[in-house]
Parts: sequence; C-alpha cells; structure tokens
Amino acid sequence: MSSLASPGTATSRGDTRGSGMKRFARAVLGRQPIGLIFGAPYAVFIAVLFAYPLGLAIWISFHRYFFAAPGVSVPRPFVGLANYQAVLSDPAVRQALLNVLIFLVINVPLTVGLSLLLATALNAAIPFRTFFRTSFYVPYVTASVATVGVWLFMFSGGGLVSNALGPLAPVPSWLINQKWAMPSVAIYVTWKGLGFYILLYLAALQNVPKELYEAASIDGASRWHKLKSVTVPGVRQVTTLVTLLAIITGANLFTEPYLLTGGGGPNGKSTSPVLLIYQTGIEQNHPDFAAALGVILVIGVLLIAGAQHLLDRGQS
Amino acid sequence: MKPQITLAAAAVALTFGAAACGGAGGVSATSAASATGPISIWYSNNAQEVTWGEQMVASWNSSHPTQKVTGQQIPAGQSSEEVIGAAITAGSEPCLIYNTSPASVPTFENQGGLVPLNDFPGGASYIQTRTGPSASVYKSPNGNYYSLPWKSNPVMIFYNKKIFAKAGISTTHPPLGSYSQFLATAKKVVSSGAAKYAIYPAPTSEFFQSWYDFYPLYAAESGGKQLVVNKKATFDSAAGLAVAAFWQQMYAQNLAGKGAYTGDPFASGIAAMAIVGPWAIATYKGKVNWGEVPVPTTKGSSGDKVPTFSDAKNIAMYASCKNRATAWAFMKYSTSTRQDGKLLDMTGQMPMRQGIQQLYAPYFTANPSYKQFAAEASHVIEVPNVANSIEVWQTFRDDWSKSVIFGQESPGKALAAAAAKVNQLVASNSSQ
Repeated sequence: MSSLASPGTATSRGDTRGSGMKRFARAVLGRQPIGLIFGAPYAVFIAVLFAYPLGLAIWISFHRYFFAAPGVSVPRPFVGLANYQAVLSDPAVRQALLNVLIFLVINVPLTVGLSLLLATALNAAIPFRTFFRTSFYVPYVTASVATVGVWLFMFSGGGLVSNALGPLAPVPSWLINQKWAMPSVAIYVTWKGLGFYILLYLAALQNVPKELYEAASIDGASRWHKLKSVTVPGVRQVTTLVTLLAIITGANLFTEPYLLTGGGGPNGKSTSPVLLIYQTGIEQNHPDFAAALGVILVIGVLLIAGAQHLLDRGQS
Repeated sequence: MKPQITLAAAAVALTFGAAACGGAGGVSATSAASATGPISIWYSNNAQEVTWGEQMVASWNSSHPTQKVTGQQIPAGQSSEEVIGAAITAGSEPCLIYNTSPASVPTFENQGGLVPLNDFPGGASYIQTRTGPSASVYKSPNGNYYSLPWKSNPVMIFYNKKIFAKAGISTTHPPLGSYSQFLATAKKVVSSGAAKYAIYPAPTSEFFQSWYDFYPLYAAESGGKQLVVNKKATFDSAAGLAVAAFWQQMYAQNLAGKGAYTGDPFASGIAAMAIVGPWAIATYKGKVNWGEVPVPTTKGSSGDKVPTFSDAKNIAMYASCKNRATAWAFMKYSTSTRQDGKLLDMTGQMPMRQGIQQLYAPYFTANPSYKQFAAEASHVIEVPNVANSIEVWQTFRDDWSKSVIFGQESPGKALAAAAAKVNQLVASNSSQ
C-alpha cells in the first residue's frame, strides 16, 4: 500500500500544481482565453487612442508643460493644482462653462422632444414617409462647413430668417447678438443632429408592442395619452441614450462656435470649453492649462451622465 | 471581476508610465550644421506661390543632383501656425518652411523648433545685407535670427471704383485720407445703396484678425510704432484710442459688417472697400475694378510713405533638419536676386530686399499697380518679437471685439485693460 501511496502522493502533488496553474491561468485569462484575442484589437485601440491620451492629459494638467521639439530638454516641474486654479479663476472659462450650460438647457430637451415627436409621426402611415425620413437625415450627413454656410446666410442681418420675422428679428442679428448667439448655436446643433436621433427612436418604436396601443385605444386613450403612457415609457432606454449623446455633443462643441459665430463671438458669448482648449493648448502652446480644462470637462460630463443614469435607474 | 481589475490596473499603470516618459530623439546640431544631402521644404498653398516654389525647386535640383530638394504645399489645417507647431512637436517638420509668420517665431523658438541662422558662417550679414536695417526687427531678444525676412504684403485700402461711381464719389481721388473723410465717404456709400457696407474686415475673434483692422491704422497713426516696444504695450495711447474710436464709429453706424461672412465681401460687392496687400491684385484681376489708397489717419494720409502693417512671411529652418548646410545654401539660393525677381513677377508679393524699386524697375514699369505697394514696402512695421506673442494678440483681439466691434465697453477702458494684460504676458514668459 505504501508503495502505491508514494506515486499516488506524487500524482496528487502534480495534480495540485497543475490545477493551481490552471486556476491561475483561468483567473488571469478567464474561462475563454480566445476571447482575449478577439477583444485585443479593440483593447489596443482604446489603450492607444483613448487611455494613453487621457492619462497624458491628466499628467500634463499637474505639471508646467508646453510642446517642445523631440530631443529638446525642458523642465516639466510638478505644479500641483496650479493649472486647475488658473482654469477656474479664468473669466473666459467661466463664460464658456456658462455657455455650455445654456446650450444644454436648450439643446437636450429640444433634441429629445423633437426627435421623439418626429419619429412617432414618421412611424405612422403618413404620405411621403420615406422622403421625410431622408430629409431629416440629410443635415446629419452633410459636412458642418456646408450647413454652417447656409445658416450664416439665413441668420445674418439681411438673411431669410430676419427678413421673414421683420421687426421681430433681434438687433443686432442672431449670430452677433450676445443673447441669441448661444441659443442659435444650440438650435443649429439640434437641427443638424435630429436625423440621427430620429433614427434611434424609429428603431426603438419598432419594439413597442402594437397590442399596447390597441389596448389603449379600446380604453379610449387619446393620441396624447398613447404617446404619454405607451410610447414614452416604451422608448425610455433610447431616451437615456439620446440624452447622454446630446450632453456629450454639448461638451464637445467646437466646429459650430468656431465657424458659425466666428470663433466664439460675440465677445465670448458662444465660446465653448473645447474652443478654449484649442486656443490655449494649440494656438498659444499652453497645453497644461488646456489639459486641466479638458480634465474638468471630462469629470463634468461623467458626473452629469452618472446623475442621469442614477435618475433613470430610480425611475425604472 | 478580478481579472478585469488586474488588466485595467495594468493598463492604467502602462498608460501613466508611458505618459510620464518624455519623447526621445532629435538631431545633433553640430553634425547637422555641416551636413549636406536631400532636404524637404513646405511653401504656401497660394496658387501663385506654388508655381514659384515648383520652378525654384526644379531649378535647384537640376544643378544639385546630390542635394535634392522635395517641395510640397503646407498641409491643410485650421492655420499654418497650428500645423507647424504640431509638426515641431512630432519632429516631422521639413527643413525649411516658406510660410513662417513672424508672430509665431517666439513660440516655435520656445519649443526648440528653430535653428538660429546667424550660426551659419555669414548668416547674420546675409540677412542684414539683403533686407537692410529693418532686418533688426526680426532679431529675437537673445540676439539670434530665427527666420529670414522673406516677403511682405504692405497693407493698403482697395476701393471698388464701380461702387464709388454709383455712390457719386470720385474714383480717381476719393476722399479717404483722414478719419472724417473716410467716415463721410463710407456713409455716402451705404446711404446711397451702392453697397451694403463700406468695408468688411473680418469681425471674428481669431488672434490674427487685428492685423487687418487695427494694426495697419495704428502703424499709420502712431508713425510706425509696434504693438509692444521695450516689453511695454504702446496702444493704450492717443494713437491707439484714435484708431479704436474710428473703428467704433464704423461699426456703430453699420458702415462695417459685424457678422462672420462666408466668401469675400469685396469681390462679391457687399463691401465697397477692403484692407489688403498686393496679393489681392491677382485675386481681383478681372473681377473688380479697383483703386488703392494708403490707410487713413486722423490728420489725413497721402502718398506712399504712410507706415502700415507688413503682413510678412519669413523662411525658417527647423530643428529636425539633418542636412542644414544644404538647407542654408538653398535658403540663400531661393532668396537670391534672381529668385526674388521671379517671386515678384509670379506672385506680386514684395521680396524683403533693399531697393526693390530700382532693382526690378522694368517690372514696376510694366505693372504700375504694384508701384505703390513697392514704395510702401519700405515703411512697413512688423508684429513685435515678444514672448507669448499669440496670446498677446488674442488678448488684444478679445478686448477689441468687446469694446470696438460690439460696444460692450468703452474703447479707452478696454485698451487699458488689454495693455495691462499684455504687459504681464510679455514680462512673464511663463512657458520658459
């Protein structure tokens, strides 16, 4: 027995070692290691194009930093929160954050409301449905430079909109009016992105059971009640997505103030934080300040998105 | 969950580790200074300059087979400055760039991206002999020449003769010399319906826009003062206030457009006048029947000796250049008397060379519309070569827009505030 016991013990040790290795491999690689190979390209993509720049931006934001030629030795001392203090005490930054807030207050409800309403209309059997669907989508796929050109003509002093409104048109005109510049940018962005959000809602509406509408009809529900009690709860998840995307769009605002209001004018009333990042980081070679502003922006967006997620989960 | 946490932690550690590491590389200045071989250059994407650049490169290559030059247009971007700045950081810039704005030189120098040209034997004397005493304004505070003054576009007022005739204004001697004359003429243009606006300099907020509204008039009004002299802003002065008051009236009376305009308001007839350099002659040829006058002053300006903004572009040698001896030889070749003559002939822009009126007299006889620009070329002022140059101009532009264009503040208060901020910026040089 004893002679059998020894090999048995050895086998048992080997098994233990082998199973230990397996456990370790499984712990590190998971139950399906091949999944890592499939996921690796995207992980590399995220690491190179997202994680590294984000990490570098965070590092830069805590140092005095400017872009230098390769091989040029420059001191990059740690400055703690100095860049963040400079950002938060800069009136231009405060104005830009206020501008984004104005943008979000106008753009997000308008985007959600209009795209849901139009998607509901386009989902019904209306004449020229395909034509309307295409028409709403065209601005989304058209280059911003081209659509901005059209809006400049429409919203300038002697443009179509001001002429149509006559004495009701603001003076000075929309895009150079301190009160109207940011709302004009918000309305433009809403119009441009509407087609995409309508598509999202159209896809979601296909999944709302028709029986619910039939049951509501039998109960005598009006169109408004059907929209409120069947459609809106039925597309809640897409509403969350649309809201989040609209917030991210607002936080990333650059092309529109750069082109539509001539670099954030008038008098900085349509400057966005990203435009400021471009001006300070790229034009003026102060990437430390720009990085701190970028990090604050990322944190802000994450907080808003997190709050919205919690709110949505609570409602669900 | 644990594996994901482990991998995420590894990724973060890798990210921060990589982020904390600086770049490596660079070129040994000592060995590169005497090295010869192939080089690459960038030039402007202006059609005439492209033609000039291509012939110049072909001409060099035909006689220097072992030192081949490859030329290309500067890559597209929001601005040349942004493209060049990014290229310096990446170490991907060419040896020479023929579109280097003097306003960007301090920034590029600060990045360690420029090669001092006076380090080459006879470098400083070549620049000074070709350009004359005005070359000194391109010298950096440390005494180095980081760019070779190449060409200028003295800024003047173009007026549309057809619109002026329609408004009943003389097309040969329009009253535009003094501010009061200019304002009266502008009112006449607009009130007659001949054009929607008298003039339409870009009212947008980019840092360089003040070079085409405030700065030329300030140069004329102040007798040729730069924005900053001896590290102090000069524009919070009687001359600066006079220019600001003039433009404020133009905007307040809707004689100048306040909104961003897509296209060229002068070419389309929306505006009767434009502030342009000699490059505009080729642009408007056959499209607009124009005349040109110097920029106005309070007392009235006339003739061809009124100081104005140079709108110059220089040639700079960049730090990643490995064959700097070839680059320096090519730089001299491209700014020789012959190539300067070709530049003038093919682009209409003024080489920053002494005595161009005499040297290229046949050209100016055959092309009289360039004569006044050539005379003005001797009276141009440049942007100051100071630390934080771009930020200085952006600061000025922001306060200018707020007060002069949009009337939110008195110009006096705005210029004083801008001057205080500019003085701080020039003194601090925080990037160094």
